[in-house]
Amino acid sequence: MKLEANNINFYYGDFQALKNINMTIEQNTVTAFIGPSGCGKSTFLRLFNRMNDLIPDTHLTGECLIGGQNIYDKNITVDELRKKVGMVFQKPNPFPKSIFENVAYGLRVNGVRDKKEIADTVEKSLRQAALWEEVKDKLKKSAYELSGGQQQRLCIARALAISPSVILMDEPASALDPISTSKIEELIFELKNSYTVVIVTHNMQQAARVSDKTGFFMLGELIEFDDTKKIFLNPQKEQTQNYITGRFG
Amino acid sequence: MFKRKKNRFIETIVETLLRFSGGITTLTILLISIFLFTEGWGLFNSSTVEKGYILCVNKSNPVKNLTPTQIKEIFDGNITSWKQVGGSDIPIVPLRMDDVASMYTEEEIGTEFEHLPAKLSEAIEKEPGALGFFPEQFIDIKFMGRVLPAETITLKEYFTGKEWYPTATPASQFGLLPLLLGTLWVSLGAILLALPFGMAVAIYMAEIANNRVRKILKPVIELLAGIPSVVYGFFGLIVIVPLIRSLFNLPVGETALAGSIVLAIMALPTIITVAEDAMRTTPLAMKESSLALGATHWQTIYKVIIPYASSGIMAAIVLGIGRAIGETMAVLMVTGNAAVIPHTFTEPVRTIPATIAAELGEASVGSVQYQALFMLGAILFVLTLGISIWAEIIRKEPQSD
Repeated sequence: MKLEANNINFYYGDFQALKNINMTIEQNTVTAFIGPSGCGKSTFLRLFNRMNDLIPDTHLTGECLIGGQNIYDKNITVDELRKKVGMVFQKPNPFPKSIFENVAYGLRVNGVRDKKEIADTVEKSLRQAALWEEVKDKLKKSAYELSGGQQQRLCIARALAISPSVILMDEPASALDPISTSKIEELIFELKNSYTVVIVTHNMQQAARVSDKTGFFMLGELIEFDDTKKIFLNPQKEQTQNYITGRFG
Repeated sequence: MFKRKKNRFIETIVETLLRFSGGITTLTILLISIFLFTEGWGLFNSSTVEKGYILCVNKSNPVKNLTPTQIKEIFDGNITSWKQVGGSDIPIVPLRMDDVASMYTEEEIGTEFEHLPAKLSEAIEKEPGALGFFPEQFIDIKFMGRVLPAETITLKEYFTGKEWYPTATPASQFGLLPLLLGTLWVSLGAILLALPFGMAVAIYMAEIANNRVRKILKPVIELLAGIPSVVYGFFGLIVIVPLIRSLFNLPVGETALAGSIVLAIMALPTIITVAEDAMRTTPLAMKESSLALGATHWQTIYKVIIPYASSGIMAAIVLGIGRAIGETMAVLMVTGNAAVIPHTFTEPVRTIPATIAAELGEASVGSVQYQALFMLGAILFVLTLGISIWAEIIRKEPQSD
């Protein structure tokens, strides 16, 4: 589904974290958000599954559309929205349950009772997350027995299991070693075929490797948003140029 | 360059003082437990037959000794034949000094009771099935009966005895069972009542209440823990006891149930505080990822937060039980204090701490009863210690299952 943000302003109390942002993200693409810490890229990402609702004393103006529908509309049910917009967090955070139950969680909370359907979906999601071969013999074991990289792929499988249309990733590889990181990156590349992926990253090489489009944020403003190649090879703005060449950040 | 710093001397003194006070505290705790056990252990070396009295039988009687329970059963008329206690098949004739004295005229006994020893001896000799219970001072060297050795209570009798009757004559009864069961019933009932309510409040405080409500509610709940237990007991006595009496149509309202309700109220602050703290340790990221999968707030609470906090919640339960088991005053006031083995919650029961509080005042120092009460204290100590250790172990269990 297509994501659109129109004139987004977002405030934490009196502090304005996002300033008049406009962006359109096409279906089945990978979009990366880069920028220095505190630039608002994570805040912007979390708008799309209304995760910011959990933070008290915040305030939003503007329109946030997914598939043409304003997700901040009064008749939108938040948990229904979140079933369509999956999210993977910075640190791997499996539930204190078995590997199988972690992936099945989303199905169970959505009222799926059929055992076969659950088992099939769990296997399919684990295969998609390139984890099946490593865990197929220990599905009943605690998720905490997996390595950090495996745990993060488990979290991705968990998000895929409820078959969302959009996947938001908030620095999904920042807590992982290089080998796990490259596996996750391959996975993101795969996911593009069936999902719309948005990824926040601190690692510019990663953004360059995996994304089709890149948005550069600074101090709550979207400085530049264009094809990834263009951003990294021929940026239009001086600030972008400075950031990607490492002059600050 | 390497000169000693100015305040070094004071630091040394402070350090020594701290170490000293730590040592004193440890030593005190150790001394208390040693004292409890040594005083209590004397119970198993003392005779349960009333002080200054002896039990005696006819010389032809083959019975060598009688346990305290047997003695009581005989004098209560429940055991009537020597056969039941390992002797020959003749009926038991219990003889107290008054029974013997009434057989003779005042002149025969003598104004100064000078002939009484001879008459007691005669009575025992004449009756082959006699079991005499006489004051020691009237037994002289010419006594024709056989004095039974002073029987002590055994560990097994203490732990399996079904009667607690320390003032019974000729032999006091010290059976732990009714008190232990009374304690466990009341505590268990308290936990069953306090758990659902406590958990509900803990979940509300940890997850649902906003910060302002929490800031008011938290100190109020902590205040509950600070109210003296006698006040709870008083509340129980004038509110809960009459309520139970009219609700269940009982002759008296002082029951195990009343104790459980009062204890449940008293255990609530502990359960709420510990369970709430445990739930608050759930990482925000874990809650967020549950919500991000489309789970509702309530699904997140019971599928993620409660499992994550389960060891803390278990610790809360165990600490609550610990609080309930040791509680004395409030229970003493509302449970009716009948030392019988309970069968329902609407019967009066007596707990271990209540027994100690009620009886220590009337037990003479060093007597069997006194020692029996110390033994109760020792058992209570072991119970609560075990529970605290259990709670510690549960709390430290890794969260990874």
